[in-house]
Amino acid sequence: MGYKIVKKRVLGPDSKMFVIEAPYVARNAKPGQFIILRVNERGERIPLTVAGSDREKGSVTIIFQEVGKTTKLLGTLEEGDEILDFVGPLGKPTEIENFGTVMTLGGGFGTAVLYPLVKAIKEKGNYVITAIGARTKDLVILEDEMREISDEVYITTDDGSYGRKGFVTEVLADFLKEGRKIDRVFSVGPVPMMKATANVTKPYGVKTIVSLNPIMVDGTGMCGACRVEVGGKTKFACIDGPEFDAHEVNFDLLMKRLGMYREEEKASLERFLEEIKKSGRA
Amino acid sequence: MGRLILNRVPMKKRDPKERIKTFEEVALGYTPEEAIKEAERCILCKRPPCVKGCPVNIDIPAFIALIQQGKFVEASKKIKENNPLPAMCGRVCPQEEQCEEVCIIGKKGEPVAIGRLERFVADYEAAQGEVEIPEIPPPTGFKVAVIGSGPSGLVCASELVQMGHKVTIFEALHKPGGVLMYGIPQFRLPKEIVAREIDYVKRLGVEIVTNFIVGKTMTLDELREKEGFDAFFVGTGAGYPRFMGIPGENLLGIYSANEFLTRVNLMKAYMFPEYDTPVKVGDRVIVVGAGNVAMDAARCALRSGASEVTIVYRRSWKEMTARIEEIENAKEEGIKFMILHNPVAFYGDESGWVRKAELIKMELGEPDESGRRRPVPIKGSEFRVPVDTVVEAIGQVPNPVVPQTTPGLKTTRWGTLVSSPTTGATTKEGVFTGGDIMTGAATVILAAGTGKVAAKYIDYYLRNRDKPGVWEELTKDIKE
Ligand SMILES: Cc1cc2nc3c(=O)[nH]c(=O)nc-3n(C[C@H](O)[C@H](O)[C@H](O)COP(=O)(O)OP(=O)(O)OC[C@H]3O[C@@H](n4cnc5c(N)ncnc54)[C@H](O)[C@@H]3O)c2cc1C
Ligand code: SF4
Ligand code: FES
Repeated sequence: MGYKIVKKRVLGPDSKMFVIEAPYVARNAKPGQFIILRVNERGERIPLTVAGSDREKGSVTIIFQEVGKTTKLLGTLEEGDEILDFVGPLGKPTEIENFGTVMTLGGGFGTAVLYPLVKAIKEKGNYVITAIGARTKDLVILEDEMREISDEVYITTDDGSYGRKGFVTEVLADFLKEGRKIDRVFSVGPVPMMKATANVTKPYGVKTIVSLNPIMVDGTGMCGACRVEVGGKTKFACIDGPEFDAHEVNFDLLMKRLGMYREEEKASLERFLEEIKKSGRA
Repeated sequence: MGRLILNRVPMKKRDPKERIKTFEEVALGYTPEEAIKEAERCILCKRPPCVKGCPVNIDIPAFIALIQQGKFVEASKKIKENNPLPAMCGRVCPQEEQCEEVCIIGKKGEPVAIGRLERFVADYEAAQGEVEIPEIPPPTGFKVAVIGSGPSGLVCASELVQMGHKVTIFEALHKPGGVLMYGIPQFRLPKEIVAREIDYVKRLGVEIVTNFIVGKTMTLDELREKEGFDAFFVGTGAGYPRFMGIPGENLLGIYSANEFLTRVNLMKAYMFPEYDTPVKVGDRVIVVGAGNVAMDAARCALRSGASEVTIVYRRSWKEMTARIEEIENAKEEGIKFMILHNPVAFYGDESGWVRKAELIKMELGEPDESGRRRPVPIKGSEFRVPVDTVVEAIGQVPNPVVPQTTPGLKTTRWGTLVSSPTTGATTKEGVFTGGDIMTGAATVILAAGTGKVAAKYIDYYLRNRDKPGVWEELTKDIKE
């Protein structure tokens, strides 16, 4: 008994989208929540954001970037294959109201996590300005999808190969400087980018929400692996989050904690790539 | 029989030097000859105090008498009349504070090794091949949802299914078993034994749904309204870890015991990189606390490559809550103990890794609510010790997910469910409880016992729920 992959789509060089048959999860999944999966018996448990869900079909969409062994392994699976464990929805759903004008920022792969949020924010009648950034043109994902659901879309690349050269936070900073009215900001991406967003909005007092991605094990509040510091207090991202007020988050700590198993992750990945090579797959 | 034999038949164990290199079971159990010899030390009291000392009142002299006659399988069945999990309880019960504490022989010499005998007959029976399934009565048409697959849930489910009810267990993790699976290590409770018990529960006809978090995947009320469950047993345990709340606690290398043990036991981090989940164990490890959880964490750390593991405990030897056997095992394996010390802060290096623990010396003052003498810090006695890994094993409280998502379910200030101590009925009609979320973190046997009691009253409730006043009757001794 596993969870079947009913659809697979390649989004970019290292990012893929799966639609997975998981009727129980589909039933109650809301934007901002995540799932935890384990590919096989020896696999680790990893959290991934719910990118969409279809109650009728009983399916859940996930989007992932192949960065380590588990996501690489996941990427080798095809339609019809099964994932051993798939549990959720976990975490608190995003609090979405009609705020007025909302600016949403997606950095790199964070754009995938942002996408369902933008959709939900738009559905509440907000005016949505989206800025998505990537290192280079090839890595810009979900541009068309974002254009469809946002009122304005801005693209930035670090190397200037597409859109504006620079960071998404600069787009936001310019708007705020110009005095454009922005009622709320959502920012999802690498930790430095979320931290930069917090620094940009803080002087203007614009409430800013970030979605944190610490290391997790169970995702149910049982282990504390996911602890983060918010407003000087320890919180468990899996049950108290994953979204928090950016102005309260200790990003430096988060960044350090994310690196806790760097050596092991590297060793594991190398071992896996070696195995693939030997078995002649690629 | 005549003369009392004052000393127990010793149980063979793996050599400490060897065992710290593996996760193989430490205690090896009795042979049939040894079991009979130990059983013969029992004088089969007419009014046996041991039975009263046992939380589920196993008829101890009766099963020991059967061992004396060489009827091992019958002895195991005798135990199962009261305790469906003898192979586990024989290994993990704190017998020295229960049945063995009050054994008559213990007044003059060592008490009868009841736990070892329990373990022996259960293993003996299992070695005979698959345990037979009793006949199941015709279906009653009632559906019961059991939430959590720890010992309380497993026992409650197996009782209910044998009464003819349809039972589904919902488990949050990917493997059933609760603490037995994710917490207690392989070398103390082999997972094959846990798997065997779970398999038995499944063969009885209980359906187990893993990867299902009640309160997240679906709420209890949704299960009632949409899936048609008639009654519920909440056995979600006390799995929410407590942290000390001292400076530096979020440094890298500091784990809750739950995370550490889950990585090692459930995710098999000790087999990394064959298994994908890593755990980081540095050279010098300190484990804070001195219960079973702390001993387990310390011994896992040792087996995962630490060169020095120290238990830091704020009280003294006498107050330690771990099973005596496990404290002995830990000592034999070379775990160091720093009693009457407590961490007050942790310090890290630039990259955020813990490097030093600041400890303070303690002394024992007046007894506190628990009757144990309160540890008091000695001012000015702080000093720092180098550490690479810290595991905090200072206790767990109930996970709030089910109570928070189930209107009508009231909790105490300790997070346990408000319930009737005699029936397990809670403040919400049709919902019963047992195990650690009822009693606060306790023991496997208490969890099993409360699961069994709840099953009895769930059955009573289902058969009588149309009569007026039934729920009032089941909850009449609830104290809030
Ligand atoms: C490391 C360790 C060592 C121990 N050693 C001993 C010992 O030597 N002897 C002894 O007697 N006792 C020992 N104990 C205590 C004993 O294990 C517990 O008292 C006992 O397991 C409690 O059983 P339970 O049925 O209440 O729940 P648990 O065993 O805690 O199981 C609860 C289960 O419910 C699941 N769950 C939680 N929330 C949800 C939800 N919302 N939806 C679905 N499922 C959910 C959990 O994932 C878990 O599997 C130890 C405990 C630990 C942690
Ligand atoms: S108290 Fe001791 S001697 Fe008496 S029946 Fe129990 S185990 Fe045997
Ligand atoms: S992932 Fe274990 S508590 Fe959050």
